[in-house]
Amino acid sequence: MSIHAVTAASRFGLGARPGDLARIKGDPRAWLAAQLDGTSEATQGVGRSAERLQQYFEARRSGGDPAVIALFRKEYREGFAADVGARTRRAAATDQPFRERLVHFWTNHFTVSALRPLVAGIAVPFEEEAIRPNVTGRFVDLLFAAVRHPAMLLYLDQAESIGPNSRVGQRRSRGLNENLAREILELHTLGVDGGYTQADVRAFAEMLTGWSIGNLRNGVIGAFNYVPLVHEPGSKTFLGRTYEDDGEREARTVLELLARHPSTARRIATKLARHFIADRPPAESVDWIARVFIDSDGDLRAVYRAVIAEERAWRDPLSKVRAPSDFVVAALRATGVKPEGGPVMRAQAVLGQTPLTAPSPAGWPDEAEAWATPEAMMRRVEFALAFAGRVRTHMEPGDLAESVLGDALSDETGAAIRRAGSRTESLALMLASPEFQRR
Amino acid sequence: MLSSRRRLLLGLGALSLPLPGVALAAAPTDRRFVFVVLRGGLDGIGSVVPYADPNYRILRGEIALASPGQEGGILDLDGRFGLHPALAPLETLWRARQLAIVHAVATPYRQRSHFDGQDLLENGTVEPRAKGGGWLNRSIALLGKPKEPNRRLGLAVGSTVPLLLRGEVPVATWSPPVLPDASADFIAKLSRLYRDDSVLGPALAQGVGAQAMSTEVIGERTMGGTPARGPGAFKAASEAAGKLLASAVGPRVAVLELNGFDTHAQQRNRIVGPLAAFADGMIALKDALGPAWTDTVVLAASEFGRTAQVNGTLGTDHGTAGVAFILGGRVAGGRVLGRWPGLAASQLYEGRDLAPTTDLRAVAKALLKHHLGLPEDALGKVVFPDSRTVRPLPDLMPA
Repeated sequence: MSIHAVTAASRFGLGARPGDLARIKGDPRAWLAAQLDGTSEATQGVGRSAERLQQYFEARRSGGDPAVIALFRKEYREGFAADVGARTRRAAATDQPFRERLVHFWTNHFTVSALRPLVAGIAVPFEEEAIRPNVTGRFVDLLFAAVRHPAMLLYLDQAESIGPNSRVGQRRSRGLNENLAREILELHTLGVDGGYTQADVRAFAEMLTGWSIGNLRNGVIGAFNYVPLVHEPGSKTFLGRTYEDDGEREARTVLELLARHPSTARRIATKLARHFIADRPPAESVDWIARVFIDSDGDLRAVYRAVIAEERAWRDPLSKVRAPSDFVVAALRATGVKPEGGPVMRAQAVLGQTPLTAPSPAGWPDEAEAWATPEAMMRRVEFALAFAGRVRTHMEPGDLAESVLGDALSDETGAAIRRAGSRTESLALMLASPEFQRR
Repeated sequence: MLSSRRRLLLGLGALSLPLPGVALAAAPTDRRFVFVVLRGGLDGIGSVVPYADPNYRILRGEIALASPGQEGGILDLDGRFGLHPALAPLETLWRARQLAIVHAVATPYRQRSHFDGQDLLENGTVEPRAKGGGWLNRSIALLGKPKEPNRRLGLAVGSTVPLLLRGEVPVATWSPPVLPDASADFIAKLSRLYRDDSVLGPALAQGVGAQAMSTEVIGERTMGGTPARGPGAFKAASEAAGKLLASAVGPRVAVLELNGFDTHAQQRNRIVGPLAAFADGMIALKDALGPAWTDTVVLAASEFGRTAQVNGTLGTDHGTAGVAFILGGRVAGGRVLGRWPGLAASQLYEGRDLAPTTDLRAVAKALLKHHLGLPEDALGKVVFPDSRTVRPLPDLMPA
């Protein structure tokens, strides 16, 4: 088996920069494994969710003053755009692209979407505060941090859920919202066929009542806040076990159970294998990763090591299609173009994937058929042409292509790039080539 | 390309026979259907004004519009309702009986979130965030497959596909050019590199084909003059959609989107632009369709209406029932349909909103059944799941 540097840089990373492949070709696996050590510092230029939510609550306190609300909306939207720009800049510049891919993977697994306006200003902060610090820790801690974060509590309506028999529930007609409970079970942990019933969803939703966020009157603004007055009293039965009333801790107990459940191990293993190995991952790969997940009690570093140890990942040709926003990042890395927030975000939008705006809690799709549509291919070609015109590099385009695509570059594509009529056309051919769409 | 099928359909229409739903469902139609999503919560009371209702002026106060006949006044329709003056271009369609209005209409959604309201408007169920894509994609699936392998029956106008058109059937998209077109030479070079790629190769080839078609139909994309955003954008998008729909091998179902109806404040000024854009867009669509306008029905609706009473910032807040517009050459128009619930305090929904008396699904079903020929059984099970009790609204299309 030959170990290719481009596999490490493309399949597991965000695409090579000129010179990267030469640096990592000695031991590509070790280059990946080293990225799992240590911690990952916060991204420069991303806002804090507590501050953003403070702005929101203060705008609300104005009693509907349209000038205040309009200003808030403008600042909030601009904050989101700045956050996305900072996130893309980091991805384009990072020396730890595998680690960054993992951060993005989990942000998508625990989707919060800026399509919901209130989530927009805290979507990238969610990634920074809940995902990034836990990405090489234990799954249970990542799960806990993600579902307790204000962005998730707002996105999946948990902050409004009220136990029907709680003190508040008895006074008001509003009640239980099952959204977060259902999506934790269906999307974040067990999976839709993971062995739970509607009664389990409802029980879990009852156990989650009281998980909310602090506002101007109650708790720390914009932080997780437990509100006992809305917690559903009494015992609950979940997955066949009965739990006595334990307030805030009830949901924590369930999350610990879910994090260790074999269905969860299987679901996470399947998603990781689909993300890094193939759209239809081999059963043996999934079995092996799931086994490591269970045996290590959800130690994510051990799980990632299992993924990069998979021989198929190194042996098979690069078959995954880069998602649009990763295609843009790969173009930035290959060419050294400094990303400007506005144009980059517009490019991602035209290509159909503004980061953190997934259409549903299920997140962005991870299969080629979702991205390789005829219209999307034309947008990629047009992007390649427009982008190539902005590239300022002293390298010959043919050398540049060899430097970033390595063994993945076919003779024919290499020759076409060298033969093209202009520098811009050469670079556009590289960016639009089939090799550049793959990882 | 004007097939015998089309002549057959027109013939049936002339004979006033009900369309044979099953036969139509077996093959693509030459009928056109356009849905316009009016995003933000269009104020039904402020756009199709119930000026004869004694409570209208009381509730709307400073933002009530001048009576018909006065300068800048409401444009009377039938002695009960009148159009907002910004909708003036639609008057000719009304007089030609090619515009019908359903008032006090609502989806089954009874909360007041844009996000969930639009989600439910588009997914066709009674639950926000239900899985299974949009009801219009499911409708296209029932139309059957076109003979030409690369042809798409559905068209999303814009850079993304709205939920309404998402689902198992692939749809085409068209958006005003924001990036340069690739030259034929570049495409030829690139296509050679994709020759052996079994996944991306066919996708690129189909994309090139679809682009060639839209260039042929709409004209050179790089000629400019199609604004991607701003006041003229919706008109340009409507015109492009009309041209593509008019083509014999073009799409048959299209979705247009128009934002800006969330008029919480200063509604008197802020609603004018979006309403005028809508009216201009519809006329541009009709003109671009040409003779195919006869085969076209347009349904325009919003996720919800707005509160009956003016609020403290001279606007209106998220409400419940609103208004739907049905336009087209075959529409039994010139009428405001739906039972008017009244604006007295006791008649309002939850004491604040125009009360819903017609289910929007009944409107859509009438059009899908009588215009596209989809069987009612499938409409109640597949297109709008579990909705068999919601019967198609009578009288919208000629019997």
